[in-house]
Amino acid sequence: MDLVALLTIQVLYAIASLALISVGLAIIFGMMRVINLAHGEFLMLGGYAAIVATNHGTSIWIAMLVVAPIVVGLIGVIVERTIIRFLYGRMIDTMLATWGLSLFLVGLTTAIFGNTTVGISAPLGSFQIGAYRTSVYTLFVIAVAVVVLAAIFALMRWTRLGLIARGTMQNANMAAALGVNPSRVYAITFGVGAALSGLAGAVLAPVSGVFPTIGVAYVAKSFITVIGGGAAILSGTVSASALFGTINQIATFVTTPVFGEVTLLAAAIVLIRLLPQGITGRFFRRGL
Amino acid sequence: MAAPLLQTQDLSMHFGGVRAVRHVNFSLAEGELRCLIGPNGAGKSTFFKMLTGQLEPTHGQVLFRGKDISHAHAHDIARLGIGIKTQVPSVFDGLSVRENIWLAANRLHSGDEARRVVDEMLQRVGLANGAERLVGQLAHGQRQWVELGLVLATDPELILLDEPAAGMTHEEVNKTAELVREINRTKALIVVEHDMQFIRMIAKQVTVFNQGSVLVEDTVENIMRNPKVRDIYLGKQAAA
Amino acid sequence: MNARWLNLVGLGLVGAVGIAFLVLVPRVFELDVVLELTVYMIMAILALSLALIWGYGGILCFGQSAFFGLGAYTYAIAMFNVGESTLPLLLAVIVPAAFAALLGYFMFYGRISDVYLGVITLTVTLILFNSVNSTAGPEFHIGSARLGGFNGIPGIPPLNFPGNKAAPIDLEGMFYLATAALLATYFGLRLLLASRFGRIIVGIRENERRAELLGYDPRAYKLATFTIGGALAGFAGCLFANWGNFVSPTIFGLAQSAQIIIWVIVGGRGTLIGPIVGCIGIQWLTTALGANQPSGGSDLWAKIFANAPLIFGIILIAFVLLVPKGLVPTLGDIGQSLLASRGKGAKRLQPKRAEES
Repeated sequence: MDLVALLTIQVLYAIASLALISVGLAIIFGMMRVINLAHGEFLMLGGYAAIVATNHGTSIWIAMLVVAPIVVGLIGVIVERTIIRFLYGRMIDTMLATWGLSLFLVGLTTAIFGNTTVGISAPLGSFQIGAYRTSVYTLFVIAVAVVVLAAIFALMRWTRLGLIARGTMQNANMAAALGVNPSRVYAITFGVGAALSGLAGAVLAPVSGVFPTIGVAYVAKSFITVIGGGAAILSGTVSASALFGTINQIATFVTTPVFGEVTLLAAAIVLIRLLPQGITGRFFRRGL
Repeated sequence: MAAPLLQTQDLSMHFGGVRAVRHVNFSLAEGELRCLIGPNGAGKSTFFKMLTGQLEPTHGQVLFRGKDISHAHAHDIARLGIGIKTQVPSVFDGLSVRENIWLAANRLHSGDEARRVVDEMLQRVGLANGAERLVGQLAHGQRQWVELGLVLATDPELILLDEPAAGMTHEEVNKTAELVREINRTKALIVVEHDMQFIRMIAKQVTVFNQGSVLVEDTVENIMRNPKVRDIYLGKQAAA
Repeated sequence: MNARWLNLVGLGLVGAVGIAFLVLVPRVFELDVVLELTVYMIMAILALSLALIWGYGGILCFGQSAFFGLGAYTYAIAMFNVGESTLPLLLAVIVPAAFAALLGYFMFYGRISDVYLGVITLTVTLILFNSVNSTAGPEFHIGSARLGGFNGIPGIPPLNFPGNKAAPIDLEGMFYLATAALLATYFGLRLLLASRFGRIIVGIRENERRAELLGYDPRAYKLATFTIGGALAGFAGCLFANWGNFVSPTIFGLAQSAQIIIWVIVGGRGTLIGPIVGCIGIQWLTTALGANQPSGGSDLWAKIFANAPLIFGIILIAFVLLVPKGLVPTLGDIGQSLLASRGKGAKRLQPKRAEES
């Protein structure tokens, strides 16, 4: 019984972390049709931002929940204005350029921070489930994922920004029709996506540590989650995270974490083959 | 009456809730030339896409010489002998005119024979001069001719032409009509066109599409007199 | 037929330069330079494998390093088990080719779109990397070859003259072999691209739907192209395992895949000579910057210049934004417009064709 409870928490954690690392990418891909291969590095930068801020005396909560998203969000806007905007409509070129950006950011952070893992210890301690101990921070990550997804839902559903966003998703000319400057919508969207990635990277930093090439570990997982999810940003991310997170955690439990990950990636490839339009291309089409 | 070359039975195509083509029963005899008319959105291009395997029908059948090809791949249908010239010329822009035609001729011929067929085809569609130019650099009208050359070089039994005269000068239209009549001496054709002058030059039988189904099928003369057709389609055209 | 003559002159030039290089280098340079040049030649074969499938086949593969790594690992594992190099060499080509065929069948016959091809090939590369990386324990072995996990496989026996175990190929011999292999690959691909098959795959790259409507099955042609590319990359991997007597999972890494992409982009898609030039140029730059050595100084600039990913990143972004066609085609365009503006040969010179050089 304790084992079931523990496993449940771990599955929920796997789902929540997948959703967290993917949602920024899902927004950028879903709204702009841009495949940002530097996504993993945005997460990495979020981690560094949080750690640097904490080392300079900021409270860890402020560092993770405020500093990291703002810093990475700003970086996102700069990237959109200097690189991405020249490549709209050229999907393959965007992938290549953002791959270049990914290498550049890895190189830059290696030059600045060195090629070692830095970490911050997870706050909040641990608690007991029967014979097992697990950290309270795990629950915090799950809570953050829920709050982030709920916030995006509320934003998309009830605000003018959300309306514009949904319009742009349906039809790129829609934003213009609503009297909004499309290039501003794109810059803001990219910034918001980057900020969410920064937040995710910061929140996961105490769990995984941060090093310059950590993005590689994130990028494939978040991509397949987004593609597996399909066009609808929220329901896609949630459903694909639920599916892949469960598969990952169960395979990890049965074998090793590495093979858990391998199983996750392999399952995703099969899913993309079976449902090229993603889960939401097939089911819950009308979702957000 | 002999068995038809092409026949569709209850052919339908739905996109989500939109029923682009519904319950079309269409039949074309060996060697026949048929014109297809109808307002934009009547389902003509969708119909062509189903005949060539670019779209899989939601239900119904396409029979080519009695063989069900409704679910066949586009390349298999091409090999059975249906060629299509699309509305927007679909050619190999990065290759020269000669290489374009060669790619088509190469499916049936090889070596010197292929080269001979290419030269012949270049003459036939009037592109022998400038055969080394990149197709991407040609004018729209010339790209149409390249595409026609591509289709003819694969020597199909049935040729579908989607608006062959669109965007052409009066002179080019005449030339196209002449070529179509010449092709029809040996092959069956279905031609989608809006230009009634052009249709009168080439066709006897006309099928009218409206809102995804066949409205009426008759001779050119009767079609032009048919008030129903005038209502949906010719109203504007006849006045012009 | 001016284009044809230009073509032949180009071929002759490449052949002459190649043979001169093959003959002269070991006589002129010290062994360490020869050794360095050997790896350039091997990587150039790898560059050609992507030049074929991406530049001509239009298939964007982000995981070319998967086939390269499979070739290297297959050779190493087979060599420890067999001892004589003929079979391991063959396997190092066949296994990656078979893997490429399987993956290609899955992708092309599943009608997976271009963009997703990139993501899937990237994911497959990561799967291989993760799997091999975690095989450090002694329980992971194939026959008598231990996989070694993140430590890699050291001490791989070198290739020998076919059938004679006692006659291994020495370092200079490896240079001759790699250079000859590169030349053979180049001319082999030229032949392939001039053949019926080559012209059809270029047609499919130009307009897949049209090729289909003419009666060609794009899936089969893409699958064949992808498989040939996988075989070539595997062959390069085999030579690479020989060159260093060592393989490790980094060979599957994304950094390796990114490099291959960069070689092709810099040199130019749709040419063969371009990716060779791009590969050798970038490799040389990497060496010149000392990028693979740990930097000694604490100076930030020194660190930046010795930092391969950073330089590669800048190069990749710059080329995509500023020189999207790559060096060789862009230089070709400039040359043509210079010629044309002089009024010379504007008529005689054929427009640059997609599959030249």
